[in-house]
Amino acid sequence: MSSISLPDHSVSPPIAQIKPSRRRWRAVRKAFGASPLSTVGGIIFLLFVMLAVIGPLLTPYDPIANSFAERLHPPSTLHPFGTDNFGRDILSRVIYGARNMFILTGAASGLAVLIGLLIGLIIGYSGGLLDEVVMRIFDSLLALPAFLLSLLLLGALGPSRGTVLVATVVLYVPIVSRVVRSVVLDVKTRAYIEAAQVQGESRWRIMFREILPAVLPALAVEGSLRFSYAIFLLASLGFLGLGVARPEPDWGLMVSEARDWYALAPWLMFYPAAAIVALVVSINLMTDGLSRLFQIDLAR
Amino acid sequence: MTLLNTPQNPYSDLDASVAAPPLLAIDHLTVGYKIQSGWLDAVHDVSLSVVAGQTYGIVGESGSGKSTLVQAIIRYLSGSGAIRSGSIRLEGNDVTAYSVAQMRAIWGVKLSMVPQDPLSALNPSLRIGDQIAEITQHHEGLSHDAAWQKAIDMLTQVRIADPADVVRRYPHQLSGGMQQRVAIAMALSTAPRLMVLDEPTTSLDVTTEAAVLDLFNDLLRRSDSATLFVTHNLGIVARTCDRVAVLYASELMEDASVGDLFHHSLHPYTLSLLECVPRIGQRKTAMTLPTIPGHIPSLSDMPHACVFAPRCPAAIDICHTVKPPIEEAAPGHRVKCHRWREIADGSLHITLAGAPIEVSTHDLQADDPLLTVDHLRVQFRQGGALESLVKATTVKAVDDVSLTVPRGVTVGLVGESGSGKTSLARSVIGLVDVTSGTITLSKVDLPKVDLHGRATQRSHDTLRRLQMVFQHPEESLNPYHTVGETLRRPLITLAGLDAAAAETQISALLTAVHLPLDYANRYPSELSGGEKQRVAIARAFAAQPDLILCDEPVSALDVSVQASVLNLLAELQSERQTAYLFISHDLAVVGYLADVIAVIYLGQIVELGSADGFFEPPHHPYTEALLSAIPVPDPDAPSNPIRLIGEIPSAVNIPSGCRFHTRCPRFLGDICVTQEPPWQTDAPTGRQYRCHIPPDELRALAGTPPVRNEGRQSNHEVTTS
Repeated sequence: MSSISLPDHSVSPPIAQIKPSRRRWRAVRKAFGASPLSTVGGIIFLLFVMLAVIGPLLTPYDPIANSFAERLHPPSTLHPFGTDNFGRDILSRVIYGARNMFILTGAASGLAVLIGLLIGLIIGYSGGLLDEVVMRIFDSLLALPAFLLSLLLLGALGPSRGTVLVATVVLYVPIVSRVVRSVVLDVKTRAYIEAAQVQGESRWRIMFREILPAVLPALAVEGSLRFSYAIFLLASLGFLGLGVARPEPDWGLMVSEARDWYALAPWLMFYPAAAIVALVVSINLMTDGLSRLFQIDLAR
Repeated sequence: MTLLNTPQNPYSDLDASVAAPPLLAIDHLTVGYKIQSGWLDAVHDVSLSVVAGQTYGIVGESGSGKSTLVQAIIRYLSGSGAIRSGSIRLEGNDVTAYSVAQMRAIWGVKLSMVPQDPLSALNPSLRIGDQIAEITQHHEGLSHDAAWQKAIDMLTQVRIADPADVVRRYPHQLSGGMQQRVAIAMALSTAPRLMVLDEPTTSLDVTTEAAVLDLFNDLLRRSDSATLFVTHNLGIVARTCDRVAVLYASELMEDASVGDLFHHSLHPYTLSLLECVPRIGQRKTAMTLPTIPGHIPSLSDMPHACVFAPRCPAAIDICHTVKPPIEEAAPGHRVKCHRWREIADGSLHITLAGAPIEVSTHDLQADDPLLTVDHLRVQFRQGGALESLVKATTVKAVDDVSLTVPRGVTVGLVGESGSGKTSLARSVIGLVDVTSGTITLSKVDLPKVDLHGRATQRSHDTLRRLQMVFQHPEESLNPYHTVGETLRRPLITLAGLDAAAAETQISALLTAVHLPLDYANRYPSELSGGEKQRVAIARAFAAQPDLILCDEPVSALDVSVQASVLNLLAELQSERQTAYLFISHDLAVVGYLADVIAVIYLGQIVELGSADGFFEPPHHPYTEALLSAIPVPDPDAPSNPIRLIGEIPSAVNIPSGCRFHTRCPRFLGDICVTQEPPWQTDAPTGRQYRCHIPPDELRALAGTPPVRNEGRQSNHEVTTS
């Protein structure tokens, strides 16, 4: 009679350790690999970013220099996108326009995301009266159509880069806050938040270390959505002449001005409009991969 | 209570039933899930046959493939799942070849199912009557009125009080136990040939579970349809089933009658599993609980020979190289093991020896109290701010509780859900507000600390002395932090270590909870449930607290994992002299770990006594009912006739007098309704309880059938929320 006994432990065999940096790169590949479209979007977006950063080095022409000898030239090897009614090179103007667009929309949506995140975390985690009051203010802001509100603000403050920035931030902070708050409300009931409270973690640490990671996927999506909407908004304001002041190149303004020459020189309108569409579409495509990236694979 | 007198497991007529043509015949069934690189088989080469009138248990831990098997049988496999080979014959017809349209003609008529969560089977926007009537209207062509009448009949059959009223209700107006009865009524309404019960009582309280199991026993034995009963609980199998198939890692390990399986099992896995279940009366002072080392292999990493060999205490060379065939060891007893012959003739004896543990013997004296809870009340306002102005409803979750936890001692707190046990713990740790009463933390060499207010308002020194282990390991670890980060925080904030010292301590903690050191770099999603709970325990111990509140720490875990976590808690306690307030609904678990047991009902402690000899009478009638509701993993165990009537009343309207009188099996009469019962002490055991019946009488009554008849089962089961 053989009797067999065993020690008591129940653990898994160790897995090979992976370097954190490689782990991150692998996560990026996995997130974007899952949907090829998001990769395409990401590449187009990065091209635009590059264009905005190093574009001025590539353009042979001054975007605001008039050249009446070259008015309304169709696209050619000299001017790949053609020239406008002042003889300015459209390619140069589109590239410089990208720069203006990125600086302003990037600043506006970035600020809106940051402020919205902060407010959303605080009111979501604190709850109570503060939450109630802030949310009702946001509700009343959101009750007005976004474009109307921005026109009102610009009308009151006067059109300038600064006011466009402020108007966009005021418009988008409530939207971002709402998204963040809804995630916080869900996460703060989890036992690991209670565990952190019981361990004496400060409220700031709980908000930023424990809750924030769970907010990031939604925030990434919302941030890039805000970015693409900001491009629309700026282009629309530019179209109405409320954005960047002339003669600085602005895509919306370029489209607006091109209306007068549409029958004669359609390229005036085509290239800036195409730039707006390409940038917005690429951001929207990229969003999918971005949200996957921030979402740790929780399923098991 | 006639049903209780019927024989529990009539496998005496087994030979006759084997000869009958099987109602359900599963032949070499393999079910897999498609992934990029091929197939993962969740059910591998399983053959079973079920005859009419049989209740067939399918037992396995999570990951064993039991759910996939059932989904394949009812042809409800999710997205990527598919039957890869083999056949499923229902009354001779191979349903694997059926189209969805053909299945639709069978679903609900020949084949019906009771799911684990009744709410998922009930449409929240339809009245109960409409839902049951829909089935018979559709399949039997009954008129609307006839179908409603049949719905009422069905509800009567599943012993729902006042069925004519219940048919007009919506699912959310019923308690969990009633919802499950309705789901059973729906499944039975067309008299199906095969009923599939998928863990039908897992989401219910132990007392409700006992009543529902009684109902199954009664209904299933009377019908000539076959039943597949999927469960992880061996006690339930012993109580309800005729035959059992044990699944492990996608494969059928053993298939036998209940009697054979529990008394003459031939498979090391079954034998190990049976040993892991904590039995009533097992104590940590005697032995550690036996555990099965390792864990169930993942689908992508299946051993190619015997799937159990890596964890098997009796594995020899052949077990790691050759897959054992499934063999008929005796008529009606199949087993898949190379060594079953040795087990059968007694030359191989499988034991998972629990090691004796060194227990520092405490004197359970109240004069070294660590935590003192005095006249504690915890109340919640129900409804929003506006509602409470109009109609103030207060939930009295904890209602005048006094309790002492001495240093280094485990106090077990037992009760159904809704008894207030969790609210009590959460008020001590500071996650809910105390309404009145005091909680004091004391230690000989330290000043007393009044615990009041939320954890966020307490000093770090107070927080350090109290920690908590939560119920669901999935929820208690931040999925975005590695195990190392999770353990580092309390070491720095509460224990006051610097970064370097914390790193050393993280390793020490992982070693203490028997996890490999490289787990510090893992995320919770890379850990199994038991491993996550070990990390949560390590985190609670990090700052060396005096008291740890354990809120059902093992109830979400599989049996074999549960045993090892209980062992760990016992071991850490004897090393570190930490006191536990251990909350559970499972008396066997509490009985194993606790030194003192308190039974709580509707916010009040009704019984308090030493865990030594706790399972001997006399008991408060509530404790007696809890004890008798536990399904014992032994088919021959005498069935205890004590059943509770209905479910725990809402803590908004607490019954007058003795708050247990609405459900009490030992109800005396008016005195119970009008007078609050006094504390009584049983002199021989020193146990205290709150009841009008004196100890000697209670002792004499123990085990006898209740005085109440079932006619009293009335509206108490109906919760109106």
